[in-house]
Amino acid sequence: MGIRVVITGMGVVTPLGNNLADTWKNLLAGKSGVDTISAFPTDGLSTTIAAEVKGFAPEQYIDPKTLRRMDRNEQLGLSAAQMAYDDAGLGQNNLNRDRCGVIIGSGIGGIRTFEDQHKTMLDRGAKRVSPFFIPMMIIDMCAGMTAMRFDFKGPNYATVSACASSANAIADSFRIIQRGEADIMMTGGAEAAITPLSMAGFCSARAISRRNDEPQKASRPFDRDRDGFVMGEGAGILVLESLESARARGSRIYAEIIGCGMTCDAHHITAPLPDGRGAALAMQAAINDAGIKPEDLDYVNSHGTATGLGDIAETRALKTVFGDYAYKLAINSTKSMTGHLLGAAGAVESIVTIKSIQESVLHPTINLDNPDPDCDLDYLANTTRKMKINRAISNSFGFGGHNASLVFADVNSS
Amino acid sequence: MSVEEKVKGIVMDKLNVTADQITIEASFVEDLGADSLDQAELVLALEDEFNLQISDKDSENITTVGQAVNYIKANFKE
Repeated sequence: MGIRVVITGMGVVTPLGNNLADTWKNLLAGKSGVDTISAFPTDGLSTTIAAEVKGFAPEQYIDPKTLRRMDRNEQLGLSAAQMAYDDAGLGQNNLNRDRCGVIIGSGIGGIRTFEDQHKTMLDRGAKRVSPFFIPMMIIDMCAGMTAMRFDFKGPNYATVSACASSANAIADSFRIIQRGEADIMMTGGAEAAITPLSMAGFCSARAISRRNDEPQKASRPFDRDRDGFVMGEGAGILVLESLESARARGSRIYAEIIGCGMTCDAHHITAPLPDGRGAALAMQAAINDAGIKPEDLDYVNSHGTATGLGDIAETRALKTVFGDYAYKLAINSTKSMTGHLLGAAGAVESIVTIKSIQESVLHPTINLDNPDPDCDLDYLANTTRKMKINRAISNSFGFGGHNASLVFADVNSS
Repeated sequence: MSVEEKVKGIVMDKLNVTADQITIEASFVEDLGADSLDQAELVLALEDEFNLQISDKDSENITTVGQAVNYIKANFKE
């Protein structure tokens, strides 16, 4: 048997809470994190709602000088990284930091900085552009800053695959530890793309909900009346570690990651393959990688964004992989409450999946009042469920046709 | 507020140092821990505050607090 990889630390900042405990509590309570956008005036936008991170004070994690030189996505990511680092107890002196790496993905990166600095250049000339524009804008800098903070000298980069970015980051980190190239990887994603230009682009692409008068009801995965996803922001970081290292450190083990699968639809820039074949191939690859049968899974944390095509394609993909057993799976959509965290979604939802395994309880899919006839599986509509979960799969699919599925297990079941 | 006080305020803010660290002889790099990006940002901030254009060549010669104060006194018109 090869090197086993476990999760020993987790940290999040989400629209439902500025740490994991608050986020988890609000997920179980079925609360929506969506509201009218507060960050900027929304005049002229067809969508004026989003799931913003609320009242977050990054000053508690990052000094003021450094903070000013970070885009919001980096601030959220580095804060979540600090929480995960503390949670895993990595502050100990004898850690071999040459054997620790970081992979943090983002779909969009420093777009707020990009917009601000572009305006500065147009208004005041090229010489006024900040020397920190480039480091604040480039997507890999959150991974770089995390390594600087913790002196982690192992593998380090960002993954970029739109809404699958952080699932790909976790998959790569899993492989790096399996191959013996590092013992510990901090991995996940960060996103802060609720900005005027970004929102305008998503509005023009007709990808996001326009239910502006009912923000809390706007994200409605698998519901007949869904009208697109709701933009979210936040970050999720996990500490992945070889089982040997975790045991040697005496670390608490939340769960084990036992498989990943990565594919592409190779079909369209934004629309999924209608039959969900690319998604099905990713799930099947992850199940094969884990060395289990589809029926060994109890729970699916779906991609479930609430787009018209996406929810149906994912449902079809589940039926392709699981056959009749698809109807026995417990399935939910975290995005019904958090909105869509794009490049941070896969990491936050992996953390939710792990919490579900650990606590033996599943959060509801809210706003699923009238199921779409083409979405006829058990999505935990408006209901929580207590159940023992031995193994679970988390799905992430992105613009560009990227699909990534991750399989997690109770460490005693795998 | 004098030019000297204004310059010190900007240096404190941009380099995150305390007032007692900022002597007139203090070198941005050696005494105040600035890197090349910090120095570039400092020049931008001085240009903004005093409504000046500092050429790249001139900015290379501004390496201490005193040099910044003297440059501004020589070039800044109220």
